[in-house]
Amino acid sequence: MSDIFPKWTNRLPLMIITGALLGGTGVTAGVWYYCTNKYANVGYMPVQPVAFSHAIHADQLGMDCRYCHNAVEKSWYSNIPTSSLCMNCHNQVLKDDPKLALVRETAQSGQPIHWVQIHKVPDYVFFNHSVHVNRGLSCVECHGQINKMDEVSQAKSLNMTFCLECHRDPAAHLRPLDKITDLDWQPKSAESQRADGAKFMHDWKVESLQNCSTCHR
Amino acid sequence: MRYIFLIFALCVVVVVAVAGKRGDLSRRPPIELFPDMDRQPKLRPQAPNDFFPDGRSSRLIIPGTVARGEHFEDTPANTGRLPGGTNLVESIPLEITEAMLNRGQQRFNINCSPCHGSMGDGNGITKRIGAMGVVADLHDPRVVKLTDGELFNTITYGKNLMGAYGPNVPVEDRWAIIAYLRTLQLSRLGNIDEVPAPFRTQFKK
Repeated sequence: MSDIFPKWTNRLPLMIITGALLGGTGVTAGVWYYCTNKYANVGYMPVQPVAFSHAIHADQLGMDCRYCHNAVEKSWYSNIPTSSLCMNCHNQVLKDDPKLALVRETAQSGQPIHWVQIHKVPDYVFFNHSVHVNRGLSCVECHGQINKMDEVSQAKSLNMTFCLECHRDPAAHLRPLDKITDLDWQPKSAESQRADGAKFMHDWKVESLQNCSTCHR
Repeated sequence: MRYIFLIFALCVVVVVAVAGKRGDLSRRPPIELFPDMDRQPKLRPQAPNDFFPDGRSSRLIIPGTVARGEHFEDTPANTGRLPGGTNLVESIPLEITEAMLNRGQQRFNINCSPCHGSMGDGNGITKRIGAMGVVADLHDPRVVKLTDGELFNTITYGKNLMGAYGPNVPVEDRWAIIAYLRTLQLSRLGNIDEVPAPFRTQFKK
């Protein structure tokens, strides 16, 4: 009587189990690693219509963030400045540089420059810039060290866990109000941050808000 | 059996080679895997939108109208001028408080110091790198003698090569900046007798 199944089929169940385990682990690990903003969004660095360097303006020249983003303390969004604001300096500085042709042209015509937005949260998230920067949360917490970037790229994931990490423990992130736009500022030590953070929470009535309706309305 | 491990290893290598690792710089917009209502057709500030013919979501001000919260009354505090005329006011038409001076210092350092320098002496960063030729020294007797209304007018509408800061600096902040500028000027012009007695010991002769 001949074999119906060849001999190697004895090992088939083991192979199926091993394959399924490996495959399952691989797919799980892949989804965990790749299907997240930490992979999909972090590092997004689109080509902008004008090669504006935050590193030059904010770091080398020492300009405050709020010279250009001047409504961030009053508005829920951080405004992109008008071209005419650029011309406050660039009517003299590099006034014939071809890299700034679009700025001069739009300042003249009143048409907008089509900057590419990098940091986006979903449209059902109502993030308010003013309430954060006015109560001790620095730009750097969400945007990273923009002052070191020649071209801006997204540094933080900005997913919900990211928001909640801070909302669960604001004291670890709050800083003195005069250091909000000082992106290089570091607390003296972890303990001093803890103590100051607790004091800031009390003084500025910062709550650890975790209701859905805090951000979703 | 070892083929299974080989195929697995190959798959991992291919995926990692194609997809890279977290945080890699990329020019392509992020892929939104489940875009459920993430991007809604509503107006978002300063974002393109097809609803209006010019494609702008942030609307430009309609001539002859005032935005909510904007100052429009013809008062010295809003215009820097005496009501009903074109004469500029002599001095700051608001009450000067310590909070106002602190605010003025902060706003001066944000908006003015890049050119005029944090001391107001015209040695801001633009001068130091040689990018701007002429920057006014705010301690110059010519500037010191200007009335507060004239300073307000210059901040609002600009002067010579200086651009208009009216659109960027709210009215109250302009007066705060002027108040702080006056303290900067006094720091060079004043003498020890003008300092209130309890604070005199803080100054070295």
